[in-house]
Amino acid sequence: MTPKNVGDLLADDVEPHDVQRLRTALAGTARAEGLLDVGYCTMPSPIGDLLVATTPAGIIRVAFAAEDFDAVLADLAAKVSPRVLYAPAQLDPVAKQVEEYFTGRRRHFEVTVDLSLIGGFRREVLDELQTVPFGAQVTYTELATRSGRAKAVRAAASACAQNPVPVVVPCHRVVRSDGSLGGYRGGLPAKETLLALEAGRGA
Amino acid sequence: MTVPFDQVVTRHGATVLRVCRAVLGPDHAEDAWSETFLAALRAYPDLPAGANVEAWLVTIAHRKAIDHLRHVNRQAQPVAVVPERPSSRYAPGGWERDLWELLGELPDRQRHAVVYHHIAGLPHADVAAIIGSTPAAVRRASADGIARLRHLYTQETP
Repeated sequence: MTPKNVGDLLADDVEPHDVQRLRTALAGTARAEGLLDVGYCTMPSPIGDLLVATTPAGIIRVAFAAEDFDAVLADLAAKVSPRVLYAPAQLDPVAKQVEEYFTGRRRHFEVTVDLSLIGGFRREVLDELQTVPFGAQVTYTELATRSGRAKAVRAAASACAQNPVPVVVPCHRVVRSDGSLGGYRGGLPAKETLLALEAGRGA
Repeated sequence: MTVPFDQVVTRHGATVLRVCRAVLGPDHAEDAWSETFLAALRAYPDLPAGANVEAWLVTIAHRKAIDHLRHVNRQAQPVAVVPERPSSRYAPGGWERDLWELLGELPDRQRHAVVYHHIAGLPHADVAAIIGSTPAAVRRASADGIARLRHLYTQETP
């Protein structure tokens, strides 16, 4: 036995699933201690893997796989708190609702939304957007008007483009006046899938 | 860039668990791991940018392990019959088990020096800061510890 391999011999003993189990349990203890500032989980969906993140105030972020989850978490760490933990058990009630939505068993989310990542008029636009019901659509112009600034169509479009909580805050229900889809953070095929789902044409 | 704490857990979780096992043995290692990361999570927003995260975690783990040992010693009650502890993780008589037990036979100084240098991979200077010693003394304690382990190991291996 040489000094070098003492570490190697003992290192063999730590199994990845031990660390994984402890990592998952840490989120529960952290929440009990008031230290779970941001909890997140990832989940599969018909529009690709989603990352869902919550704060004590509500759901703060839904991200698409194309956004790069590591970058999304780093952004949350910088803008909200570095106390970001993987918390699948704590996120389960929210994840369950998202899953029910995609399987056609839920038309309305019963979650509080934390829009602290966005401010000013754009936040008012997203507040208003939450009143557009399942299956309905509005144009960017209508949304601007309903938000109290009829001429701020570009600002309304930018609020939708930067919506930190897509799917739950339904920016996919906003289309152009000419009937075309406009843009979508998760890509246009994702927007089409969501609109088809809500029109009862399957996911 | 701010590193999300979850990344600290996934990067250093295994090392901290090894350290806790080596210092406390398998029975108390997971509690010490959880206490270490909870304390680290609490202090994390104040950790200076560019700090050596692994040395910082091992420092916390060291303190938690010492607290734990004090607590266990206070709680210890004499018992008539020592219960036989099942060996669930290791094959009975397997060399890993021997090595873990031999590590427990080292004096604290040597064990800490061996664990923090050879298992956590920290330089002697960092280990010295953690256990309140000098790099030279840590180097010596680590070398003595390894020599002692080698001696015990060859004695016990038929």
